Amino acid sequence: MTRLHIDWTLCDGRGLCTELLEEMLAEDDWGFPLARDGSAEPAVPAPLENAAAHAVSRCPMLALRLVGRTS
Amino acid sequence: MTDALWYFARGSGVVALVLLTVVVVLGIGARSGRPAFGLPRFAVSLVHRNAALLAVVFLVGHVIGLLFDPYAQLRFFDVVVPFVGNYRPVWQGFGTLGLDLLAAIVITSLLRHRLGVRAWRAVHWLAYLCWPVALLHGLGNGADRGTWWLWATSLTCAAAVTAAIGWRLSATFDRFPARAERRVAPRLRPHLEEASR
Ligand code: SF4
Repeated sequence: MTRLHIDWTLCDGRGLCTELLEEMLAEDDWGFPLARDGSAEPAVPAPLENAAAHAVSRCPMLALRLVGRTS
Repeated sequence: MTDALWYFARGSGVVALVLLTVVVVLGIGARSGRPAFGLPRFAVSLVHRNAALLAVVFLVGHVIGLLFDPYAQLRFFDVVVPFVGNYRPVWQGFGTLGLDLLAAIVITSLLRHRLGVRAWRAVHWLAYLCWPVALLHGLGNGADRGTWWLWATSLTCAAAVTAAIGWRLSATFDRFPARAERRVAPRLRPHLEEASR
């Protein structure tokens, strides 16, 4: 299962990822992305893999990464 | 046929300048961290990237057109090494320099996930050098220099970029003005308003 890793040391709360991945991420009050499922490294459902890849590529701080397929 | 190459090279150069202007303005818009020009943030970023890639396409056309044009007699050497051309070496050199800078910016951007954000950003600052160099090249080197429409195009582009840079340097550019009030947890806002009375 692919997971979305958010590097909090890099993330600047620019919110591009929450625009692209609304299904998985919500903005907190400061604009930082929070996983809707409450986990630190949310699982990416198969239908959203494409959208997740877009979010990774658009993040201006390079704070996002897709990790592992170790289900 | 030979004329076609010549006109194509000139036209594509002007189109590339206009595209680069869009790229710089949208880049600054993206940096502001807010939706700009009626687009959501990710779209500003995407159009910024795609306009840049399109500018590269037109620049490649511009250069190839001149390489094969019997009148321009551009040597391959001139495409890479600035300021040594036969024709108006300084103005032509600006074009070569702009091309080299743009190549560096685009290549590091495509590889940015491997380079890391610091190296990528450092190179990306070169955009502020690349754009004026391209503008000067068009005004000083082009066969259309001195025509009213090239001046009009150049001045419009310059106005757009100057305005964007002015905005970038202004106090209101601040990182995320749209979010400023949200830095306070919504639950606390009424208390703040009370306190500031
Ligand atoms: S796009 Fe990147 S910098 Fe912006 S909120 Fe998402 S992870 Fe953070």
